Amino acid sequence: MTTRVASLGSYNQHGKRGFAIRLRKEAAVERLLLLSALVSTLAIILIILFICSKGVPLIARVGLGGFLFSNTWNPLAGQFGIATMVVGSLAVTFGALAWGVPLGMILAIFLAELAPPRVAAVMNSMIELLAGIPSVVYGFFGLVVIVPFIRVHIGGPGFSILAGAIILGIMILPTIVNIARDAIKAVPREYKEGSLALGATNWQTVTRIILPTARPGIIAAIVLGMGRAVGETMAVVLVTGNVTRMPDSILAPVRTMTSNVVLEMGYASGEHQMALFATGTVLFMFILGLNLAVTASMKARD
Amino acid sequence: MDSVKVRVKDLDVYYQKFQALHKVNVDIEENKVTALIGPSGCGKSTFLRSLNRLNELIEGTITEGMVIIDGVNIYDYGTDVVQLRKKVGIVFQKPSAFPMSIYENVAYGPRIHGINKKIELDEIVERSLRQANLWDEVKDRLKSSALRLSGGQQQRLVIARVLSVNPEIILMDEPASALDPISTAKLEDLIAELKGNYTIVIVTHNMQQAARVSDYTAFFLNGHLIEFQPTARLFVNPRDKRTEDYITGRFG
Amino acid sequence: MKHLHSIRERIIYAIIWLGALFVALALLAIVGYVAVKGAGSISWAFLTEIPSRMGKEGGISSAIVGTLYLTVVAILISTPLGIGAAVYLTEYQPRRSRFTRMVEISAEVLAGIPSIVFGLFGFVFFVIFLGLGWSVLSGGLTLSLMILPTMIRTTQEAIAAVPAEFRENSLALGATRWQTVSRIVIPSAVPGIITGIILSVGRSVGETAAVLLTAGSALGIPILPTDPARSMAVHLYFLASEGISMERAYGTALLLIIMVFVINYLANLSRRRFSCRLKT
Repeated sequence: MTTRVASLGSYNQHGKRGFAIRLRKEAAVERLLLLSALVSTLAIILIILFICSKGVPLIARVGLGGFLFSNTWNPLAGQFGIATMVVGSLAVTFGALAWGVPLGMILAIFLAELAPPRVAAVMNSMIELLAGIPSVVYGFFGLVVIVPFIRVHIGGPGFSILAGAIILGIMILPTIVNIARDAIKAVPREYKEGSLALGATNWQTVTRIILPTARPGIIAAIVLGMGRAVGETMAVVLVTGNVTRMPDSILAPVRTMTSNVVLEMGYASGEHQMALFATGTVLFMFILGLNLAVTASMKARD
Repeated sequence: MDSVKVRVKDLDVYYQKFQALHKVNVDIEENKVTALIGPSGCGKSTFLRSLNRLNELIEGTITEGMVIIDGVNIYDYGTDVVQLRKKVGIVFQKPSAFPMSIYENVAYGPRIHGINKKIELDEIVERSLRQANLWDEVKDRLKSSALRLSGGQQQRLVIARVLSVNPEIILMDEPASALDPISTAKLEDLIAELKGNYTIVIVTHNMQQAARVSDYTAFFLNGHLIEFQPTARLFVNPRDKRTEDYITGRFG
Repeated sequence: MKHLHSIRERIIYAIIWLGALFVALALLAIVGYVAVKGAGSISWAFLTEIPSRMGKEGGISSAIVGTLYLTVVAILISTPLGIGAAVYLTEYQPRRSRFTRMVEISAEVLAGIPSIVFGLFGFVFFVIFLGLGWSVLSGGLTLSLMILPTMIRTTQEAIAAVPAEFRENSLALGATRWQTVSRIVIPSAVPGIITGIILSVGRSVGETAAVLLTAGSALGIPILPTDPARSMAVHLYFLASEGISMERAYGTALLLIIMVFVINYLANLSRRRFSCRLKT
């Protein structure tokens, strides 16, 4: 019963030539896979190259100081100062962080330490849904609900830093909660048990043991949330009013760097277009810096 | 009648800096069962895996010396590892069926070697499953998932999968260690049936099993081949004191 | 003392529960408001008619087609790239190699780039430099770069979950590395890859700024990949920011939310089935 069947000799029909062909085919496949692995890196290089090549010449002409610190944005007259937009971006970003971070931390602690498993599951999927709602829908909601509310009940035109900060604060929650929650969950159980065994209460354990241990992850969460807020476009453009004036209160309208690009790209040409790319360059460098800082600090922790 | 199928000469294997095998020399007879015994970490699995160049899947492994199968050193530059592994099959400790049907598991080997005709595949699948004593148990459910088979059945399926590519040498790395006694007995029967047509090398830490199934036994200790003899002689009359200590249960 | 602690802790816990409740209510408020205001706008005509007078009248059919078209193109481009990259990193590179680290950092950085920057890049590179114009192709290519990090990461995770024995057994049968990858590893990772695709679809559907700058905002139904297109998200932006038709804006927003929720549900479904399968 266990004799070998002759037809199976056909395995070897390719012989040495088959071997060479196969080696070549394997090498070709590997090269193809290598290429697709290189796409991300290549994309980053191309993005930096192409955006800077359109933006940097203008910054060079105007001068970095003049570009960043001048209040006058009058592209048709050749005046390119984005100071009001830098302030606008920072104002809505810090406004969003001011309430998004504490709320995000509360949620992260809730999900990692307090919530019964069922509640946590429901909350987690809610956070997922929040993350999934398109930013233009957030902006739309801000436009039809939050802007009128501010106008009627608080004052000012409604289109304001405050409106942007409220919407952005909700939008960055998923980023902050997900990263901070995972960082808190990654704290070894023994730390917690050790603390509880010493007679510390649950809350003392959270504030004195768990949060300090999870600090690098929490900082990463905040920094990435900040990146998200600075880079957000569609939600902001619909609710902040977009004027290029230096704001004097949180109820004043502002234009962010991102809004500037999306508002004017449609008709800009020549130097004006280059100035929008220059705005994008500043934004990009800022975010790149934030990201690399997070990556570096994560690596340092490893 | 006896002829040497595998001749191992001065085989050294290193994992990074750790030397797992030291100058191993041994001749393995064709169509016989050779058992490799020794305490855990003695190098018997490393030795087994060096016979079809599986060690090189582990990063940082260096192999020196020669393994000559049918007169050809498999570590020569330009060896077709694919043909080598087809000729030298291996059954691992943990039965591992692929997540596909029973039929597809056995047909996988022939397919990767270029056989695609349904008639040929059907024939190979049936023959391999019969050889592995599994046909009668699965012939009515060839299309169902192989993951639903019991551990013992999965191990025989793995053997059928190895047989499907028509190997000449079958390596077994503690194939029964994850099985219950009945499945183990079936597996040992199967080994007895396969011997005579295949050269079998089996790693086991069960000395009764080595004594039951093998014609020759090699005893490894700390990466050295201590003793290699016909099984009957090694167990009754070991030449080396360390072999004696091991088989009488004094360490390991 | 103990008592004091417990009162303080109770207050803190109450605040935390309130925070959680607030977020739940915020989600309900956004979704509920848009649903109530938008439900009346959605009709068969709304879904099937082409917008007219800049969207003041008619439906949003061309925007729906544009959204799906852009998404399909983006997925078709980034799926093979993402799988290829993940396979190369997990199967062809030594673990934790510098190359792997480089690609992973690139993907992380790529994931952090704001969509408006992608839009600028897509405009200057695909639209102008490669001469593809404002088109589904330019938009799809830009989107494919935006979703590539998700594709790579989910595929990497799915491949890492494939038991090592499968590879060893396949290689030991004489399969080549690519045969092992293409016939054993990738098929075993398919459910995880599908999860990644679904998540990427969600991202593409909602993307606005990048699409606006690369696919244009034409109102017609795109036929060829070289035709310009307007996505639902872009359409919503114009309807709302220029006050063209609030009624249609609510309808479009509701439709977007429904799509995203369905996509989310499907992603969870496939994730759950994937983890079940790995257990057996």
